[in-house]
Amino acid sequence: MNVALRTDAETYCDALLRPGNTNCAGCGMSLGLRWLDEALGGEKPFMVIPACCGIVTAGAFPTSAYGAPTAASTFASAPAVASGISAVADLNDEDSVTVCWTGDGGTYDIGIATLSAAAERNENILYICYDNEIYGNTGGQRSSATPEGVRTSTTPRGKSERKKDMMAIMIAHRIPYAATLSIAHRDDFLRKVRVARKTRGFRFLLLLSPCPTGWKAEAEQSVDLIDAAVRCGLFPLYEVFDGVRYRINVRPDGTPVDQYVAGQRRYTGIHTDGSALHARIDEQWRLLNVLAEAFPADGRSA
Amino acid sequence: MPRALVTGNHAAGHALAVAGEANRCARGCAGGAYPITPQTEIIEFLRDYSFTRGRIVPVESEHSAMGVCIGASLAGARAFTASSSNGLAYMTENVFAAGYYRLPIVMIAVNRTLGPPWNIWVDQGDSLALRDAPWLQFYTESHQDLVDTILLAFRVAEDPRVLLPALVAMDGFVTSHTQMVVDLPELSQVDRYLPACRVPHQLRRDHAVTFGGLTWPRETERHRRDIQQAMEQVPQVLAEAIDEFEKVFGRRPHGAISAEHTADAETVLVACNTMARTLRGVVGARRRKGERIGMIKSKLFRPFPRAAILAATAAAKRVGVLDRNHSPGSGGIFWQEIAATLHARPDVLVQDYLVGLGGGDVTPQIIDEIIDDLARRTAAADPVWKEVAA
Ligand SMILES: Cc1ncc(C[n+]2csc(CCOP(=O)(O)OP(=O)(O)O)c2C)c(N)n1
Ligand code: SF4
Repeated sequence: MNVALRTDAETYCDALLRPGNTNCAGCGMSLGLRWLDEALGGEKPFMVIPACCGIVTAGAFPTSAYGAPTAASTFASAPAVASGISAVADLNDEDSVTVCWTGDGGTYDIGIATLSAAAERNENILYICYDNEIYGNTGGQRSSATPEGVRTSTTPRGKSERKKDMMAIMIAHRIPYAATLSIAHRDDFLRKVRVARKTRGFRFLLLLSPCPTGWKAEAEQSVDLIDAAVRCGLFPLYEVFDGVRYRINVRPDGTPVDQYVAGQRRYTGIHTDGSALHARIDEQWRLLNVLAEAFPADGRSA
Repeated sequence: MPRALVTGNHAAGHALAVAGEANRCARGCAGGAYPITPQTEIIEFLRDYSFTRGRIVPVESEHSAMGVCIGASLAGARAFTASSSNGLAYMTENVFAAGYYRLPIVMIAVNRTLGPPWNIWVDQGDSLALRDAPWLQFYTESHQDLVDTILLAFRVAEDPRVLLPALVAMDGFVTSHTQMVVDLPELSQVDRYLPACRVPHQLRRDHAVTFGGLTWPRETERHRRDIQQAMEQVPQVLAEAIDEFEKVFGRRPHGAISAEHTADAETVLVACNTMARTLRGVVGARRRKGERIGMIKSKLFRPFPRAAILAATAAAKRVGVLDRNHSPGSGGIFWQEIAATLHARPDVLVQDYLVGLGGGDVTPQIIDEIIDDLARRTAAADPVWKEVAA
């Protein structure tokens, strides 16, 4: 293979996420954005990023850590702004990809009406939520993506409510494609982004994105934590076509949930033995198995 | 131009649609649509229009309607929407964003009382609440004024010297739901009048920049100052747009303000929207009786045309402002601007009248009473509440 050599500067300039960005060490966004770039094969998307850590990542004007045209939207508006951008691209017969890159606050909470509406209209948008289960930008408050029991700055004694099942909500919109992404499963990640890129209409990707700062975890543990989350069954890797064809990508392998929980001090004193989580994991998998059996994706190439 | 008997909403829908369609040879047009009384017919008109290269997105809220306009404009299209009252309030965050982004979006505001308590009648408090947003604001007195101003608004907003969004207001029901004979612009005329919409900072695939990311105080100060300087260009750009309008349409639209009988007027009344039409009748009748009275129809509110107001009040000793809006703890919002403008003229008595709030019918008789009250005054007082019959 003939690989053209490039200077560092050229490589940096071309990357979707350039060096010098402000992500904390071990932030799930860093790997997520790099793999998004790789899966798109260097094609530059239009990025729409609401208020969240992801827009701080860009750095201060006039620098841009994003190597793609990027619009910072208001907190709740990424799918609306992206609807305008992709509508005009379609009107002008441009085959571009418009990506919403948003946190869980912008997705599960303040932006959910806008998101639901864009999904219902089946806008031609690739929506990626990096779910760090917390409001990172504002210093670590709860969101409706924060798991039950977890301590945040606004749930100092642990959150009493359960995490919202955003995948189920998006699947219920019968969008062409919805899938979960893991930064510990590179091939699966790249393949799903490519499927999403090839699909027209509204596509929703949910990335469980470690936030060492908010999770009170060690930066070098991020990939291992997500690996454990997938293996223990807490974060299922699966994909759903048109809201009715399910495919489970990775099944739990008996890894104890403690392997995920013990490395994060946000769980300290709440779920020390992980027993409370086991029931949730069982329930989640019973439901997912029923759906995947009744509505299999077989016959549809991924 | 075809003359037609149409409602204000129909006229506005038509003007937006032909302006959007006129951009078909460039990047087309787009906008968001969300209903609210008394604006709804406008977005229905737009949804029904067959654009060659345009899409009106039926969104779930006004906040998203402006969000779609922001995205479409960032992608280089001509973008517009319409709203009223609580819709404008709900949209507010993105109204500011659109201006700070320097996007030449045009929005129709059909003035309606903010609630709750719910009241669908006219009150300019909804759009005036957006006066501190980086938007041009125009207030229109008739269906024709409305149509003409919408076209002027696109031309001025998209001018590279301005590049700011523009709001065009009309009175709820009094304008939106009544019919008048209007010269409706034809597409071929608008094609000649509006240059292709060009957003110089349009997002481009090969241009990696982040719009709207973080800025430090220094850049923020510059950004705000640039906006102020752009605002200061508006009177000149508007004057040129009016000249050009006359060449294409054969009619001269109203300017930033209409100063009527002010050359020798010791008493000057100021009003906007349809109140200005009622005022015109009263002022005309009083002049025929020999009174040295004049009026200012205030169309451009942002930027506020201070120089024009000062010139039109050169002979004035008393200025009365009719405000169909209320800024609690202060008074009328037009009055605040007029009083600030006439600060350099301590010899002029400036009196505010809060009148027609919540849609009360401002009749010629009420305006006569206001003028009589103004004549009796020896010094300005706090804003006067002039109640009207139910
Ligand atoms: C309308 C509005 N409300 C509140 C904020 C303050 N704010 C900015 S980012 C943020 C939280 C973002 O959380 P999330 O979406 O989870 O992304 P993260 O910061 O974790 O990356 C909040 C509350 C805002 N910018 N706009
Ligand atoms: S606070 Fe968390 S989400 Fe934000 S940049 Fe740091 S690690 Fe990433």
